Amino acid sequence: MRAHPHTTSRSRRKTGRRHPLATLALIAIGLGLTGGGYAAFNSSTASAETATASKQSVDEGKKLFMANCATCHGLNASGTDNGPSLIGVGAAAVDFQVGTGRMPMAMQGPQAEEKPVQFTDDQVKSLAAYVATLGPGPAIPDASLLKPDGDAAKGGELFRVNCAMCHNVAGAGGALTEGKFAPDLHNVTPAHIYEAMVTGPQNMPVFNNLNITPTDKRDIITYLTYIRENPSPGGFELGGLGPVSEGLFLWIFGLGSIVALTVWITAKSN
Amino acid sequence: MAQDDNGGSDLAAADSSAVELVRAGDPGTAVLLQDPVENPGFPPHRKRVTDKDPKKNKRAERTVYTLFYLSIVGSIWAIAAYMLFPIESNVGQVRANTLFIGLGIALALLALGFGAVHWGKALMADHEGIDVRHPVEGTPATQARAVEIFQQANEESGFGRRTLIRNSLIGALVAFPLPAVVLFRGLGPQNQNPADLLRHTMWKKGTRLTKDPSGVPIKASDVTLGSVFHVIPEGLNDREDMLEQKAKAAVLLMRLKPTDLHVSPERKNWNYDGIVAYSKICTHVGCPVALYEQQTHHLLCPCHQSQFDITHEAEVIFGPAKRPLPQLPITVDADGYLVARSDFHEPVGPSFWERH
Repeated sequence: MRAHPHTTSRSRRKTGRRHPLATLALIAIGLGLTGGGYAAFNSSTASAETATASKQSVDEGKKLFMANCATCHGLNASGTDNGPSLIGVGAAAVDFQVGTGRMPMAMQGPQAEEKPVQFTDDQVKSLAAYVATLGPGPAIPDASLLKPDGDAAKGGELFRVNCAMCHNVAGAGGALTEGKFAPDLHNVTPAHIYEAMVTGPQNMPVFNNLNITPTDKRDIITYLTYIRENPSPGGFELGGLGPVSEGLFLWIFGLGSIVALTVWITAKSN
Repeated sequence: MAQDDNGGSDLAAADSSAVELVRAGDPGTAVLLQDPVENPGFPPHRKRVTDKDPKKNKRAERTVYTLFYLSIVGSIWAIAAYMLFPIESNVGQVRANTLFIGLGIALALLALGFGAVHWGKALMADHEGIDVRHPVEGTPATQARAVEIFQQANEESGFGRRTLIRNSLIGALVAFPLPAVVLFRGLGPQNQNPADLLRHTMWKKGTRLTKDPSGVPIKASDVTLGSVFHVIPEGLNDREDMLEQKAKAAVLLMRLKPTDLHVSPERKNWNYDGIVAYSKICTHVGCPVALYEQQTHHLLCPCHQSQFDITHEAEVIFGPAKRPLPQLPITVDADGYLVARSDFHEPVGPSFWERH
C-alpha cells in the first residue's frame, strides 16, 4: 500500500523547507501523505459504512458470523470453552483479528497466527458492524488518527517505553513464553497497529486511549512508518533481531572463516 | 625452519634427550611413562609443486607480489575513499564513507596477510625441523651468576644499605594508586550507606503513580481490564538523580479480574480492585521485566527468560530469578488517582552484598 502515488503533497512540502529538520519532516510528510492518503481513502469508506451501519450490513455480518465464527464463539457470541465472548470487543477487534487473517483460526494453538485474509473487505466490515451491535467497544479508528505525520521522535520514545520490550526496538518482533510471540510490525497497516493497541489482541495488553492517547498512538504509527521507510544507516540489519541473528552470523561466518584460514595457513603447500 | 641450539637434525638423538630432560619429582611434569608411545617420526618428505616445477615457482612468485601490489592499491583506495565519500550532511554518507574506507583497509591488510602466508608456504625453504622443549630452570652456573648480578646491583645501588631511600621509594609506590581509589570512591554515594540506598526507593506513602515518560498521574478508572501502564513515581522527572531513582522505582501496573488474583492475607489491601503494581526490576540481574501476557498473566524477563506469575504475587515459575518481584502497595487518593501506600516492603532488584 505504500507504493500508492501521492499527488497533493506539493503544497505541503513547501512549509518546512528552511527548518533544520526539513529532511526528516519532508520524509515524514511524504510518508504521511502516501500512507495516510491511502488509509484515508481506505477507511473513509469504512467509517461511512460503520457510521450508517445499515441493517443490511449487520444482517450480512450476522450470517457470516453464524457460518464462520459461532462454532467457537457461540451462537450469541457469548463465548464457549473454545473461544472468548465477543460482546463488547467492538468493531476494532474484528477488523484486526479478521482483517489480518488471524481469525478464523486454522486450529487452536499457542496463539492465532497471521495468515491470508479469509474474507473480502466488505465482509470484514459487515462482521465488524454485527459484533459492534453486541455491546459497546472500540470502533474502527478514524483515518485522521492513522496518518503517519505525527512526531516520530516522541513516537519512538513511547514505543521504547511501552512496546519495544516485546516487539523489539526496531519493531522486528520477539519471542514470548510457551510458543507465543510478539509479531514483526514492519508490514502491519496503521489501522491494524492502532486497533491492536486499543483492543489488546490475544496476549498483548490493552493500551487504551487514557494510557496512550490517540495522538500518541499516531506518533507511534509515525515512528514505525519512519523506521520501515528509512534504511538502517548501520548497514546490514540481519533482521534487526539483535544478538540472536548477529551472534549466529558471527559464529557461522566469522568463526568459520577464522577456522578456514587457520587450516589454510597450517596445511602444507602442494 | 629455525632450529635452536639443542634442536637436532638428528631426530633420534633429539627424542631421547627430550625424555631425559623430564626429571622425576618435578611437580606437574613428573609423569614418566613406562611404555611411551613410539615416536613415529616425520612422514617422508614430499616436495611441493613449486620445488619441482620452475614454472609453478614463477607463478607463485607472481601471485605473492601481485597480492602485495594489491595491498598498496587497497591502502591508496582507502585514502581516496576518504576524500571521495566525505561525511557532510546526512547519515547515509556515513555509511558510504565507512563502507568504502573499510573495504580499502580490509583489502590492504588481507592482501598483505595472504601474500605473506603464500610466500611462506609456497616459496620459502621447505624442510622439517624440531625444537625440543628444555627445562625452564637454568644451569647452576647461570643461577649463580644471576644471584651474583643481583647482589652486585644491590651493593652498587645501595638499595639494601640506604634504607631511607628504599623505604621512601616503597612509600611513593604505595601512595601512587591512592588517588585512583579516592576518585573511584567518589563515583559512589557520599555519606550514605550504599546498602541503605538499595533498600529504599522514591516511593512513599501518598506518592502518585504517573505514566512513563510523561509523568501524567494515573486514575484508577484509566486502567481498564487487560491494561498495562509503565509507571514512574510522581516528581521523578524533576529529580537531578532521575536515572538512579528510575532504576529502582520503575513499576509495571496491570489490571486483572479481582477473582484471578490469589492475594495473601498480609497483602490484602495492596491491590486496588484488581489493579496491581510490581517492581519492573528483575530480581535476577536487574533487567526491566515488562513482557506481560494479558491472558496468561505471565511476566517474562527478556534477558534470561525468568517468568513471574502475576496472579500469584509474581512468584517465579521459570528461569533463574530467585525471588518474586516486589509488590508496591497501592490505593487511590480522594481524587481517584492511584497512590502508593508505602515504599516497597523489600529491596527491589537483584541480590547485593548484604542481601542474598
